[in-house]
Amino acid sequence: MSLEDPQFNEQGKLQHFIDLEGLPAEVLRHILDTAEGFAGVGDRKVKQVPLLRGKTVANLFFENSTRTRTAFELAATRLSADILNVDLVSSSTSKGESLLDTLRVLESLQCDMFVVRHHLSGAADFIARHVAPHINIINGGDGQHSHPTQGMLDMFTIRRHKGEFHNLCVLIIGDIRHSRVARSDIAALRILGTGEIRVAGPRTLIPADVESLGVTFFPDIDSALQGTDVIICLRLQKERMLSATIPSSGEFFRTYGLTPERLALANKDALVMHPGPTNRGVEIAGIVADGNQSVILDQVTYGIAVRMAVMSIIIGNTENLRRQSELTATSGTPGENL
Amino acid sequence: MNSSTVHSSKIVKRWLDEMVSPLKDLIRADQPVSMIGIRRGGVDVGRYLLSKLQGDHLVLDPTLGELNISFYRDDFSTIGLHPQVGPSHVPFDVEGQHIVLVDDVLATGRTVRAAMNEIFDYGRPSRISLVVLVQRAGHELPIRADVVGVNLDVQASQYIHLDASSWQVNIGEKG
Repeated sequence: MSLEDPQFNEQGKLQHFIDLEGLPAEVLRHILDTAEGFAGVGDRKVKQVPLLRGKTVANLFFENSTRTRTAFELAATRLSADILNVDLVSSSTSKGESLLDTLRVLESLQCDMFVVRHHLSGAADFIARHVAPHINIINGGDGQHSHPTQGMLDMFTIRRHKGEFHNLCVLIIGDIRHSRVARSDIAALRILGTGEIRVAGPRTLIPADVESLGVTFFPDIDSALQGTDVIICLRLQKERMLSATIPSSGEFFRTYGLTPERLALANKDALVMHPGPTNRGVEIAGIVADGNQSVILDQVTYGIAVRMAVMSIIIGNTENLRRQSELTATSGTPGENL
Repeated sequence: MNSSTVHSSKIVKRWLDEMVSPLKDLIRADQPVSMIGIRRGGVDVGRYLLSKLQGDHLVLDPTLGELNISFYRDDFSTIGLHPQVGPSHVPFDVEGQHIVLVDDVLATGRTVRAAMNEIFDYGRPSRISLVVLVQRAGHELPIRADVVGVNLDVQASQYIHLDASSWQVNIGEKG
């Protein structure tokens, strides 16, 4: 991103969460460490902490996604924030209202945070650059560009099960070219200093300049799997088959599907991950998705803690900036609180 | 005014040891009892006290619960979330228990308020008692400790810090 990265406020603190590309490793680690603290909240009698009490989070979904919306909803609820779901798929934008006009209307609802999901790449970045300064933006997935909270929950899952990243070999299989999850995963893995990042899939679904992302491309899945500690299968979207980038789902499974035989080629205890929803018998065999190396359901659970961390960090930073400027205005100094 | 003072480990250990007898009375009066320390200073003080209370026919859970109260502070945006402090860990059921809450320094009372709010999210204790190594002026809430190691008279501009690696208490001017 450019020097004027809208993700940072004037104090250099994170205020929006749009893209992992260009974020320093310490920001990513701070999110992962904070999420550790939130991970236990769901196991308690009262599954809620009062951190964002009185704040309102609006889910602005210009593209349908029940899972992502539910995960953000639950994260906001566990932080005691109020949540507002705004379905924009079948609403004003389809009636011809411009995105900026929609934005002004939503600002008038006096929310503190927008979670934006949009089918166009760059939509969340555009909104972050034009939104009123007191509103924080989280990108819940934009086009083929980025899905930063999914990237962070994948990192959280890997770190919890495998420890630090520098000794790990991570393989991502499938449609790298159209996948915002792959893009965010690769960015985060690189920033966190992962030992080796590999990608495998049909050439038609791999970006031409894939090596410039800092990954090694393997056309053959069996050799790609050897020595891997983590395997991330991506969902094969049906529209790819319609656009004839691959012959058929059966053909894809035969060539690239993660079967028990193929999984045996990876390191013992290698993790099997998938961002969901899974297509059994297309990118992954049912027995592998349900097997004891699979952490697919853990990813869903951890996604709540990671989103809680991102929400509280960026709202906290904005609140702090506001307090600091109020204090400067009255020329006082912040007191220590024991 | 000399604003920097160090209380040696000998003195600090004496404060701690003097807490043991009133703490035993507190525990005997009500059972069953579990102890929870507020990270980090309260965990160090709690561990020390727990080791002194073992084997004395007290119905006391031998594990120390630990709280990171960052998620319950009313001023988290100013003081931050401090994930390096480590997450809360309460490995026992607080329902119906007498909880002995331990911290190193009691000043405003905001930390203790946050800790009590968090404890209630684990269950409903029958009672909560407060045990602190140092009590100082500056209360902003109606919260006082049941057992106190020492009352220190310091200025509002000064901090009190327990260094648990050396068991020294340092007092200095806030930066």
